[in-house]
Amino acid sequence: MSFISNIIDGINLGSIYAIIALGYTMVYGIAKMLNFAHGDVIMIGGYVLYEIIQGLGYHPLLAIFLSMLVCTVLGVVIERVAYKPLRGATSLAVLITAIGVSYLLQNVAQLIFTSNPKNFDSGIDFGTISLAGGDLKIKGSTILTIVVSAAIVVGLLIFIKKSKTGRAMLAVSEDKDAARLMGVDVNKTIAITFAIGSALAAIASFFMLTAMPNLTPTTGSMPGIKAFVAAVFGGIGSIPGAFVGGILLGIIESLSKKYISTTLANAIVFLVLIIVLIFKPTGLFGKKIKEKV
Amino acid sequence: MKSKKINIKKSTLTTLITIAGIIVAYIIMNTLSNGGFLSYKMQGLLVPICAYAILAVSLNLVVGLLGELSLGHAGFLYVGAYTGAIFTNITADMISNDLVRFILGMVVGGVFAAIFGLIIGSAVLKLQGDYLAIVTLAFGEIIRSVLGNVLYISKDSSGLHFDVNDGSTLNPQDMIAKGAQGITVQRLSTFLIGIILLILTVLIVMNLSDSRAGRAIKAVRDNKIATEAVGISVSKYRLMAFTISAALAGVAGVYYAHNFATLTGTKFDFNFSINILVMVVLGGMGNIPGSIIAAIILTILPEEIRFLGNYRMVIYAVVLIVMMIFSWNPKCIEFRKVVSAKIKSVFKKKNKEVQ
Repeated sequence: MSFISNIIDGINLGSIYAIIALGYTMVYGIAKMLNFAHGDVIMIGGYVLYEIIQGLGYHPLLAIFLSMLVCTVLGVVIERVAYKPLRGATSLAVLITAIGVSYLLQNVAQLIFTSNPKNFDSGIDFGTISLAGGDLKIKGSTILTIVVSAAIVVGLLIFIKKSKTGRAMLAVSEDKDAARLMGVDVNKTIAITFAIGSALAAIASFFMLTAMPNLTPTTGSMPGIKAFVAAVFGGIGSIPGAFVGGILLGIIESLSKKYISTTLANAIVFLVLIIVLIFKPTGLFGKKIKEKV
Repeated sequence: MKSKKINIKKSTLTTLITIAGIIVAYIIMNTLSNGGFLSYKMQGLLVPICAYAILAVSLNLVVGLLGELSLGHAGFLYVGAYTGAIFTNITADMISNDLVRFILGMVVGGVFAAIFGLIIGSAVLKLQGDYLAIVTLAFGEIIRSVLGNVLYISKDSSGLHFDVNDGSTLNPQDMIAKGAQGITVQRLSTFLIGIILLILTVLIVMNLSDSRAGRAIKAVRDNKIATEAVGISVSKYRLMAFTISAALAGVAGVYYAHNFATLTGTKFDFNFSINILVMVVLGGMGNIPGSIIAAIILTILPEEIRFLGNYRMVIYAVVLIVMMIFSWNPKCIEFRKVVSAKIKSVFKKKNKEVQ
């Protein structure tokens, strides 16, 4: 039974990675940039949640809504101020700028909230479900996390396939100039992508802190890197890929923590990534890149 | 009578100027230091500056000349530092001359880092761009969590013993590498050694960049398919750049490690690799003297603005973002061109007036 409960823990963790990875993968697909500050947007969202729920004592649902709002605005502002001026510049320059933004967010958070860890408590009791005569206990929050992340993936896929904005996103990710010629507002589309990704970061932040309540200015960076790994794992740019990659990564991490070594869990996750990429150079669901002259 | 013109290639001249610059900087710093004009803090920065400069130059080989993004340079550095520190530890009673032992340690560190560079390089031959970047990042993290956490090494009369869990099978008194507690190292690094290493690194990288192999590496960067079409082996030159860069990072690692009392893995995380990458990008990709200058500025700057307290890193981050936008935004590039053209035309006018 402990094996199954480990798998379930892994899926829980993986669903959180998946929501974060969606933000990475959408931004990458459209702006062709690695948004290293994404993990820190999650951290900021976490502090907003903490201050509203535990500081002001409002209802968690309101806090989630406000946190999504703050993160969305933050994401769009970051894109406007830091990334937009560098559109068309080499990807390395954009990457370094993203890292600069990441440093900035972490250090501003440290100035405001200090580096003392905060213990997050949403105040919601999700309850526990007992299965198999009490041998297998599943937390309500785990089920909610998994359901919400699956719903987000399905929702995003429908949004991109059916809505006008979604199809504009597809067009921009395929060919920016052609999309512009067809009357797509490229800047607006990129801004919307950042907005969606950042709003997802706020949701991820809630579930992440419910599962791991320790909140510091660097809380977002490791999950951010791992979600990025998940996105690459599934094939960066692909939405189902980010979901599958996230879940697999969570399961691998959870099982290696349990059966191999806690300190080596991260190393094992990264090792699996390298092995997958050696055999499938563009990830599990990634498009094959054709080399053209 | 014809005056004999000495023909020096432009690239050779740049190399000579760079090395002359390093030597002049060394003499100035050394005089200041001997004269007591250098603060204690600055004296402590001399060794790290040399180490960072070597690291930036070596990373520039991969990022600037080969055109591939590497986010795991700290991994190679750590491999070198670790193996080098183990070597100087176990040979402490065999080789009595500190300098000889240190130099051999650097060779050992460089060789081990090169082996890892070769392994990683050949594993990722098929990968490109961001996928390659993420593999180097993963590699750096793996190295850090294995070497800096679970590897224990001890030495007694019967040889070396390893343990990859918690070190409980080893005798604590003979222990050299103590997992997360690190390795105790002797302080052997001096400013002079660092300068010599830096000059050697510059010579190696600049010579390489100007050689047949270097031109092949740059060709791979500029157009892979065209390079392959003219019969240059892309894999061979990618591997070559990777391995040499890793070896140099390994040597720099040994040098950097022997500046501390203990060598632990926490230092060599992802942020360390990023710092070196920032130096390369700010100094200009493919620009070796630029890397060195950026390394000097970016090592001193965070220390010099320490009086700003908690605002220090906020300001550092803002400066980083602004500098990146200033140097890469198409409008800013245009603006700089206009300004420099104006300055040039002013000078030309003056010259004409003088004539």
